[in-house]
Amino acid sequence: MHLGVSESMRECEYSQISTRSSTPMETPFKKKIPKKRKWESFPGRNKFYCDGRIMMAKQTGVFYLTLVLILVTCGLFFTFDCPFLAEHLTPVIPVVGGVLFVFVLGTLLRTSFSDPGVLPRATPDEAADLERQIDVANGSTGYRPPPRTKEVVINGQTVKLKYCFTCKIFRPPRASHCSLCDNCVERFDHHCPWVGNCVGRRNYRFFYMFILSLSFLTIFIFAFVITHIILRSSHRGGFLNALKDSPASVLEVVVCFFSVWSIVGLSGFHTYLISSNQTTNEDIKGSWSSKRGKDNYNPYSHGNIVTNCCAALCGPLPPSLIDRRGFVYLDTPQLAPPTNGITVYGSTQSQQSHMAAATPLLQQQSSEPVIITASPENGGALPSRTSLGLGGPCTSLPLGQPTPATSTASLSCQESTDMLPVHAHAHSHNHSRPLQDQVAHHHFLTPEDLPSPPAGRWCSGPEPDV
Amino acid sequence: MATTDLNCSEFHNDQIATLSTHSLQELQHPVVSTKVFIQRDYSSGTLCKFQNKFPAELESRLDRQHFEETIQTLNNLYAEAEKLGGKSYLEGCLACLTAYTIFLCMETQYEKVLRKVARYIKEQNEKVYIPRSLLLTDPIERGLRVIEITVFEDRGFVPTS
Repeated sequence: MHLGVSESMRECEYSQISTRSSTPMETPFKKKIPKKRKWESFPGRNKFYCDGRIMMAKQTGVFYLTLVLILVTCGLFFTFDCPFLAEHLTPVIPVVGGVLFVFVLGTLLRTSFSDPGVLPRATPDEAADLERQIDVANGSTGYRPPPRTKEVVINGQTVKLKYCFTCKIFRPPRASHCSLCDNCVERFDHHCPWVGNCVGRRNYRFFYMFILSLSFLTIFIFAFVITHIILRSSHRGGFLNALKDSPASVLEVVVCFFSVWSIVGLSGFHTYLISSNQTTNEDIKGSWSSKRGKDNYNPYSHGNIVTNCCAALCGPLPPSLIDRRGFVYLDTPQLAPPTNGITVYGSTQSQQSHMAAATPLLQQQSSEPVIITASPENGGALPSRTSLGLGGPCTSLPLGQPTPATSTASLSCQESTDMLPVHAHAHSHNHSRPLQDQVAHHHFLTPEDLPSPPAGRWCSGPEPDV
Repeated sequence: MATTDLNCSEFHNDQIATLSTHSLQELQHPVVSTKVFIQRDYSSGTLCKFQNKFPAELESRLDRQHFEETIQTLNNLYAEAEKLGGKSYLEGCLACLTAYTIFLCMETQYEKVLRKVARYIKEQNEKVYIPRSLLLTDPIERGLRVIEITVFEDRGFVPTS
């Protein structure tokens, strides 16, 4: 009897275990579907770390240089100059220096690691719908029509919205396609290699705080290192003796001297941009310059400097539109032989509406292999622009940034190859979020596969959505 | 538990068998007839706002009033999210002072409104759209580019919730 009870208990236990871990792995004819997060199949040229929490551009070498410069200079300052200054002047100096240093580092990391405001690419259905509308408007004649634009009147100014051939969307006003990252970014300012990321709507305030605080920090260190050397030379009787005592100060002075001009200049420039509510992109192109026309004005400006500043720095922070840490639910092309496309969907999906949605998609999608093509000419053309001198780093980049016009022109030549990755990736995007509660979910998908509707997205973990 | 598990796999076996030999229509699952996309309206700048133009494909399914009400409510909600006012400035300043660590324990104004939007869409789907064989997709799932309305074939679709 005892045996019987334990047997049945064991049986219950066994079945319980199998229920919990009942991913398709358990059923004999299905292969295990590796749970992928969306960042793993992100179509842009970005690098992700910490399982999608951190997002950076592809080339991050210069960012590490920035980090090293700041850390080394500050480290030397705290080690060699601060003891003397704290003793002979006031201990407030290292404290203020410390606060500035922490603020600079915090804003730098926040700028570098957050999503600048990337616009996700259009799903195949959306792209097809847009194409249909454009064809109707143009009267399709079979040859490639000229670059597609849409005009819209914003606050009395006519603004042209350009069609992005890579992302298959009409770019919102002020958005631009970054060819380094291969993404459309909202309110695109510029791509900053020093920060290793694009600067756009979501991280512009952090970028501004970074350069502002870095200006203060640089000036602070410069001033106090000079003070230190002067004081020491008066104590030690001799300028050269003082330098011999504290050789690190020389390095600090040199770094600070060269940085001050570029960083303070950049802060000033961005202060001007913020007060007039312009992006670097717009300023460089002279979009709202009065030289273009008597009636040319910035339709986005709020009218006065204070409101513009407040809006840019203290306005609401929009959330990331690319759900980096969400799960991709389908990985079907690799799983089952596509004898009949519908079979594949049936075996991995449980939600009726998705299956229903799948058929038209499958009918559209041919059995093209999934090819991930980077745009070679964009990648090749740009490295020269990224190697910068110390003078005015970020300001020189937008000049070289082929963002709106040239990028679409270059991309349009390889529209056909662009179609494939968008097709394949947008495919997974389309099914990555199950419809909310309305459709029954099959309980053999583990609870974590199905994020609880709406709230689940924002409570995906303790970390903030950077 | 064990029995339901078996049923699961049996069901799926059945599904696959059925799918591979018969068309989806035989299963009485909703088939997507078309998808309608409501694009963004940029006439007020970069604010999130959707066009209120009633699409022709929905003429037979939905009356204008319902549609306009949905779109208008959504537009109002998004306007609330992006509103510049005392509350948002306070939030911004506080965040700056705490080096943005405050968002570890607090939701941004935008996120709060997005939750409201999700709730509203769910409610609208239940009350208005699903009974008419339509389905609204939350625009956040499409990067706030479009409102996607899926039109199902009118075959007496029964919601499976």
